[in-house]
Amino acid sequence: MVVAIGFEGSANKLGIGIVKDGEILSNCRRTYITPPGEGFMPRETAQHHRQNILQLLKESLEKSGLRPEDIDVICYTKGPGMGAPLAMVAVVARTVAQLWNKPLLGVNHCIGHRFARVLKISNDPSPGYNIEQLAKKGNKYLQLPYCVKGMDVSFSGILTYMEERTNSLLKAGYTAEDLCFSLQETVFAMLVETTERALAHCNSDEVLIVGGVGCNIRLQEMMGQMCAERGAKLFATDERFCIDNGVMIAHTGAEMFKAGMKLPWIYSSITQRYRTDEVEAAWRDD
Amino acid sequence: MEGFELIRQGAEAKLYKGLYLGKPTLAKERFRKKYRHENLDLFLTKERMKAENRAIVRCKAFGLRTPAIYLVDFNRRIIFMEYFEHNIVLKDFIEISPVEVLTRLAVNIGETLGKMHESNIIHGDLTSSNMLLVNKNDVDSFDNLDDLSLVLIDFGLAYVESSAEDKGVDLYVLERALSSTHSTADRMFPKILEGYQSYCPSEFKEVFNKYEEVRARGRKRTMVG
Repeated sequence: MVVAIGFEGSANKLGIGIVKDGEILSNCRRTYITPPGEGFMPRETAQHHRQNILQLLKESLEKSGLRPEDIDVICYTKGPGMGAPLAMVAVVARTVAQLWNKPLLGVNHCIGHRFARVLKISNDPSPGYNIEQLAKKGNKYLQLPYCVKGMDVSFSGILTYMEERTNSLLKAGYTAEDLCFSLQETVFAMLVETTERALAHCNSDEVLIVGGVGCNIRLQEMMGQMCAERGAKLFATDERFCIDNGVMIAHTGAEMFKAGMKLPWIYSSITQRYRTDEVEAAWRDD
Repeated sequence: MEGFELIRQGAEAKLYKGLYLGKPTLAKERFRKKYRHENLDLFLTKERMKAENRAIVRCKAFGLRTPAIYLVDFNRRIIFMEYFEHNIVLKDFIEISPVEVLTRLAVNIGETLGKMHESNIIHGDLTSSNMLLVNKNDVDSFDNLDDLSLVLIDFGLAYVESSAEDKGVDLYVLERALSSTHSTADRMFPKILEGYQSYCPSEFKEVFNKYEEVRARGRKRTMVG
């Protein structure tokens, strides 16, 4: 039985979760919300995390009903992400690991996350969520730049295209809702198409959507249709697990811990770039 | 699709095998993708069918082996093309072949890509799934590399472009596809570059520099610090 606590703060969400053998005991989160039309900057984000992390840690422990001595392993996000928030969260993880005298593990985190800035869409709760709500009301499709290169997508061009034309399009009878709708249809079609390419290339029949954008119902619906057309299975989930959270770090860390992985103190670093395929998956045997 | 049987569902099309004017034929149907907006789907399907045909015709003109096009039917969204009876997909060949064979084959792949780029054809989706090895003697044997010829397929994302940038991206896409699929990729890819260089030494330098540039600005690369 492994009890793991996970610290996640690679972007504007700060999450601390505790898991016990796959069972979630707590999953607490604070989000740093910026003013409409602005993104989050490393320094301010780190500051937000710094101001909230101790309170959140307390909350997470209380919710789980555990005491520090019940915990077996401390897990934190090693990367990828923004340097300052990552470093800030890692410092706290290292400190509690020493205070409680527990082993420490660095975990790889993977995320993908702008148009909201042009239309000055609210960042509360998240710009993507608000685009989704607006897009539901749009129906006039505007053709936008569409660019896939092999299994990669290129969004460069879309933002410029929209930025240059937003005002004239709004005057020409397209509503902000229509633009959100067209943007979502185009970008998601690219994501679904490249996913399908990857499925065909790898002879796989399973798709898992995660990340903040993964909560988008339209993306899940499109991905689901693609999967249905080729007899594949889609795994999608809701905001508790899609959005950055501490539980995913705790759970991954617990698997690593069970597999006997150890992280020497001097290697408890962070890295802004950390590819998913650089991780040795010692906890799996397939 | 009378007389045609479904053999596979690829990334963007259903593939059927049958006879067309007495010849073994592959029918590639870019069926309607319900997940995307109807206008976008129609636009993309037409673009890709045109791209595929243009690139294949251009390849033929420059002496590169690709399936021959028999008929293009925009209304039914189908291209009828040559079917190779005795073929193995490169991806499967890589998995069953020793490294010595693969490095030798890689040089050959590099030469073919050099020739394709020299003709200003950008493939757009180079992977080990989009190359076939076809037995020249019409038998199902893939042991002897000298009996096999390399055939490029799936030109749906292809276009004509002379810039070193696009050629560099093409190579980068291939490198990424190989390294995420095959453990032998790090042995093969340098040999591919070697073959490319030997085929077009004059152009290679610029393309290679661009490739390195693209590689350096790619988002998902390794960086320490």
